[in-house]
Amino acid sequence: MPKGNPSLDMTPMVDLAFLLVTFFMLTASVRVSEPVIVDTPSSTSDKLLPDNVILITVDNKGKAFYNINNYDVRVKTLEKMAAQYKVAFTDKEKERFGKMTSFGVPMAQLKEYVNMEDAQRAKVKSTGVPLDSLHNELGDWIQFGRIEAAKQARTQKEKSEKLGRQFKYEPLRFAIKADGEANYIAVKQVIKVFTDKDVYRFNLITNLEAGDKK
Amino acid sequence: MAEVNTGDGGGGHGKHEKKRAKKASTKIDMTPMVDLAFLLLTFFVLTSTFNKPKTMEINFPAKPTSEDQRQKINNALTFIMTREGKDEKENAVYYYAGEFYPPNNKDGKPPTTLIKTDFSKDGLHKLLLDRNKPTIDAINALEEKYKKKEIADTTYKRLAIHEKGIKTALTVLIKSDDKAVYKEVVDAIDELNICNVGKYAIVDMMQEELDLINTTKKK
Repeated sequence: MPKGNPSLDMTPMVDLAFLLVTFFMLTASVRVSEPVIVDTPSSTSDKLLPDNVILITVDNKGKAFYNINNYDVRVKTLEKMAAQYKVAFTDKEKERFGKMTSFGVPMAQLKEYVNMEDAQRAKVKSTGVPLDSLHNELGDWIQFGRIEAAKQARTQKEKSEKLGRQFKYEPLRFAIKADGEANYIAVKQVIKVFTDKDVYRFNLITNLEAGDKK
Repeated sequence: MAEVNTGDGGGGHGKHEKKRAKKASTKIDMTPMVDLAFLLLTFFVLTSTFNKPKTMEINFPAKPTSEDQRQKINNALTFIMTREGKDEKENAVYYYAGEFYPPNNKDGKPPTTLIKTDFSKDGLHKLLLDRNKPTIDAINALEEKYKKKEIADTTYKRLAIHEKGIKTALTVLIKSDDKAVYKEVVDAIDELNICNVGKYAIVDMMQEELDLINTTKKK
């Protein structure tokens, strides 16, 4: 029997490994730490969450957190809110805010919150964005977010028209990610903030229920 | 330059030639690179989150304008979500069919009583299947046709939506008191979706209903 060469050709395996590495690297999205962990209820719905979305998180204590996806829209929204509530933000702070994720602090504390380091921010006990009828910051966030998202969509449309490209408009959706144990009244209040702004269609974020239902 | 062999007559086997440097192997040791590749691969496999969150679309009723007339609902079922028991830990669903009649109402109808049900297989699910039978049967018939390729899938979808929305189809109202938990409301909507109930809404509770639920729970 001829003596076989103990080293085997690893090239195909390595090719595959690198292919997979490239794939995962490109598909991976940076997951930024959320200020609160929410255990969403499960349902049989399998619709995916759209990308262009204003997300309100409601934790199990009923506190509301606001998030809007797009960086530019975030910064513009913050500028509008800053003007409304007379809080000045520097360009650096705006940039930091743009890269942040959900937050649940009132405008008065937002400046301080934005300036914190990530680790420090995780320790902060968020009080939630105020949404009562006298001091409805959440409503303003939603309203300005909508306006800025619409403005951005318009500029993008103009830009793509100038370049002669097709513009695919994705409408802004409103998602509510509430904890299964949250009192429904808290969720209802958030919904009321939306319906006051004439938003009636929501995406409730749920887990996909495994297996057949009953 | 002087070393370049030209016209040596084949060249390469003359022993008198200057000894060449040993030809280095073209193979390089790839092991560290492969190690790294797999390390990265493992890292990305473990950290990547594929599942984009799933969502449930829901429409809330718009605020009624003053011109809107109170519509009569033909085939209505009202669920009231609450919690009861010790420390209010147990979820409970009460329901009544048709319109709400308070005690001693002027129509002379018997007052509405609440029936308790739950999220088990024989509870809410069965109730909805029974109540919504005409719609479910109609949709099943459509599905049968679709499977036999008698109708296209878009037609099937359109007809199914139409079937859910017809006047006699079951309408469900979901109400909740201040103890209800979000999860149960979502469960209820989910159950409605499973049972092909097309017309449902989450609405506020009336004071009479709240009183009724409190007295029913005390019993």
